[in-house]
Amino acid sequence: MIKCTLFWKNYQVNSTLTNSLIKVKLEMIKKQLAENGGQTQYLSFLYLIGYALGILMTVNVSAETDPKIEIGISEYTQTGGASDLKATIAAFNKNKASTTDHSKLKELEGPFSSGPEVTKACLSCHNKAGSQFIKSIHWTWKYKHPITGQELGKATLINNFCTNAKGNEGMCAQCHAGYGWKDDTFDFTNEENIDCLVCHESTGTYYRVPNSKGSKACSIMFEGKTPIQWAKVAQSVQMPGRNNCGTCHFYGGGGDNVKHGDLSSALFNPSKEIDVHMDSKGLNFACITCHVDNGEGHQWAGSRYQMHAKDEVGQGKPGIPRQRATCESCHSSLPHPKTTLKGIKLNGHADRVACETCHIPKIAKGGVATKIDWDWRTMGKLKNGEGFKLKEYTQGDGHHRATYKSIKGDFVYNENFNPHYAWFDGVMNYTTIDTKFDPAKAPIDINSFTGDFNDPKSRIWPFKRMHTTQPYDKGNNTLVYMHLWGEDDNSLWGNYDFGNAIKVGMEKNGIPYSGEYGFIETYSYWPINHMVSPKEDALACSECHARGETGRLNELRGFYMPGRDYFKWLDIIGYLTILGVFLIIFLHIVMRILCYKRISKSCHIGGEK
Amino acid sequence: MEMETEKNAVVIYTRYERFWHWSQAALIFILAFSGFVIHGTFNVVDFETAVTVHTYSALLLLLLWLFTTFWNFTTGNWKQFLPRIQGLPAVIRYYAWDMLFGKPHPHTKSMKRKQNALQGLAYLTFMVIIGPALWISGIIYLTYDLWNVMEGSQSLFQAVTFFHTAAAFMMMAFAFIHIYMTTTGKTPFHYIKTMITGVESIELTQAEKAYFSEQHPKILRDHD
Ligand code: HEM
Repeated sequence: MIKCTLFWKNYQVNSTLTNSLIKVKLEMIKKQLAENGGQTQYLSFLYLIGYALGILMTVNVSAETDPKIEIGISEYTQTGGASDLKATIAAFNKNKASTTDHSKLKELEGPFSSGPEVTKACLSCHNKAGSQFIKSIHWTWKYKHPITGQELGKATLINNFCTNAKGNEGMCAQCHAGYGWKDDTFDFTNEENIDCLVCHESTGTYYRVPNSKGSKACSIMFEGKTPIQWAKVAQSVQMPGRNNCGTCHFYGGGGDNVKHGDLSSALFNPSKEIDVHMDSKGLNFACITCHVDNGEGHQWAGSRYQMHAKDEVGQGKPGIPRQRATCESCHSSLPHPKTTLKGIKLNGHADRVACETCHIPKIAKGGVATKIDWDWRTMGKLKNGEGFKLKEYTQGDGHHRATYKSIKGDFVYNENFNPHYAWFDGVMNYTTIDTKFDPAKAPIDINSFTGDFNDPKSRIWPFKRMHTTQPYDKGNNTLVYMHLWGEDDNSLWGNYDFGNAIKVGMEKNGIPYSGEYGFIETYSYWPINHMVSPKEDALACSECHARGETGRLNELRGFYMPGRDYFKWLDIIGYLTILGVFLIIFLHIVMRILCYKRISKSCHIGGEK
Repeated sequence: MEMETEKNAVVIYTRYERFWHWSQAALIFILAFSGFVIHGTFNVVDFETAVTVHTYSALLLLLLWLFTTFWNFTTGNWKQFLPRIQGLPAVIRYYAWDMLFGKPHPHTKSMKRKQNALQGLAYLTFMVIIGPALWISGIIYLTYDLWNVMEGSQSLFQAVTFFHTAAAFMMMAFAFIHIYMTTTGKTPFHYIKTMITGVESIELTQAEKAYFSEQHPKILRDHD
């Protein structure tokens, strides 16, 4: 499915050959037509217009000397991908035993002309869904941490990607499961604003666009979309498949796999090597196979803010419903064979080493790269007064990724790389908008966490660590809210002026601002849980039990690990002792030989034979 | 009282002793090799293989030692390892000096004392210090996952790995010296041959000889 109307040119712009572009375009049209069954002529007509426009754009781009440069700041990505849909939907259909065929319901015949109309129809039968859903984090974007008491959630947090959704909901809330959140006036109590379809539709034709238009430079993002056929998508509803969740969660941070490193479009149709659970030819799990309902209805287990770093609760006996998304909730905390030496030894590790540490040896598998570094300082360069992208990274699956965007700055990507490891007790602590920090202590942790060898509740966990250089309030030593998106002249995306964007961003949200900004280095940590490898690919012992740099846990200190650690003086004395023994033996042999010769000689001289 | 003795070829190491000796030797070398791979000294085989090999051979060695201890006590063989100061200086002097000039060994092997004083002391060290240090620390090491949750487990673990490694170094020093010493017999391979065949030419008293030919004729062999 297509999220936020990615304009044609974005789809294939990197192809320099107009010919191949046309071919791809035609393929795409054919595929879409096939997928949607007989499309109306009207639709084909729209496609053709788009197609013509696409060629025009391509010509435009071809005029550029560097094929890696793409003019414009459109942020659209094709998400979901109708071609992968069969597999992702099948993932759920496998265990579908629904008692209702929604395509036969009178209530869903329509006609509908908007999302809220569909929602109203949904709620007319599902009369508790609304009240359940508006309590969920997918709706509130708020989370009060039960241990730290911090007010978290996307609504207010700052990260080190696009920084803040706060104040930029017009753009960012296209991944909010509701209709029309573009500023503080959004009514969180109106259940008709819930977007049921984004999670439940299964045609792959549904899409979301930003809730507001943004600056003029961004307006291109809204053109050329096929209208949503509301009745059709409404009738297609079922439990969420991978395509539904993936539409937002695979594209967090503004693009495929940008944020997490272990959640990407590679999971729409993965091989066993990429994800042993979601393997489309094997287990073919949907997201909700593990992310089960936590018992409240419309709320899913598996929180990044408070994780179960070591789950001793979630393991029910067979048949007992599970309410946690931990590995242990299916595999138990002693998952390896209890009758082999290796199994026993591995089970012995499970109390201190998270399953993920050994079983997800690499981040960003399957040819889709993730961002590991972002430098905001360089944003704002233009070509002929227009924003542009530079696509100099070609990832494993052949797609080109932007290494520079006028609206965001410079990026570094990586794929198939080793995680960062740390002791983790599951509790995340955030640097929020009101957290003061000491700039001398940079890089500042956007999210730090506790965990220690000496805390039995902590285990060694894998993380993706993101490094960013981003703006901060130099006077108050806090992070800042930026005004990224808006129809006015101050939005960064269109205006490229940090000073204004920060001033307005802070003012708009009532945050004190010193008036002076600087740039600070930050880290954010993303626990790695997905893309579990088949057991043959799990880490070998020697990946960690190794001396020096090569060992994956080289940086974790404060405990003795065989193969990595040793007592320096004991080793020196020990090796010297062995050396001494050899030396003595050697000397003894030499003396024996010398003396033996002398004796025999003297014997000879003495006349005895 | 001087007893009249005569050289005789006798099976001085029984079949069990020889089995014990050689399987222990093999296991210790396997353990040392795999142990120092685990330790990180070299990594000719990978860590997992080393741990597997080390664990299984350690279990075998423990079993062997258990049997042998039992055997030593039931057969009275343990007396062979009782420490003696008497004769020690002479043996030390022999190895350091006299043997270089072709002097004879000060110790005469007998059925009561198969080993010389220095040898006895070395084996005793092996059996009451190095060996136990290894198996005691080894067993605690092996059961790490059973006690690692308790308070202060990390200090215990460090002590265990320290003693185990230290004892392993000592074991190696012992083993190399021991092997070298076996080449100091009549010919370089004489002692090794003895440990394989069990037969050695030693001084027997008339009474011993009579007793053996009567009760254990098999252990008396012709001169080689
Ligand atoms: C009965 C005896 C023994 C037992 C029960 C035993 C047990 C163990 C165990 C459990 C380990 C740790 C393996 C791991 O990391 O999982 C170990 C390591 C080791 N063993 Fe043994 N072992 C025995 C005998 C020996 C012997 C005879 C030697 C050498 C001559 C030896 C040398 C080593 C060394 C050097 C290490 C590595 C220590 C370190 O770096 O932490 N072991 N042993």
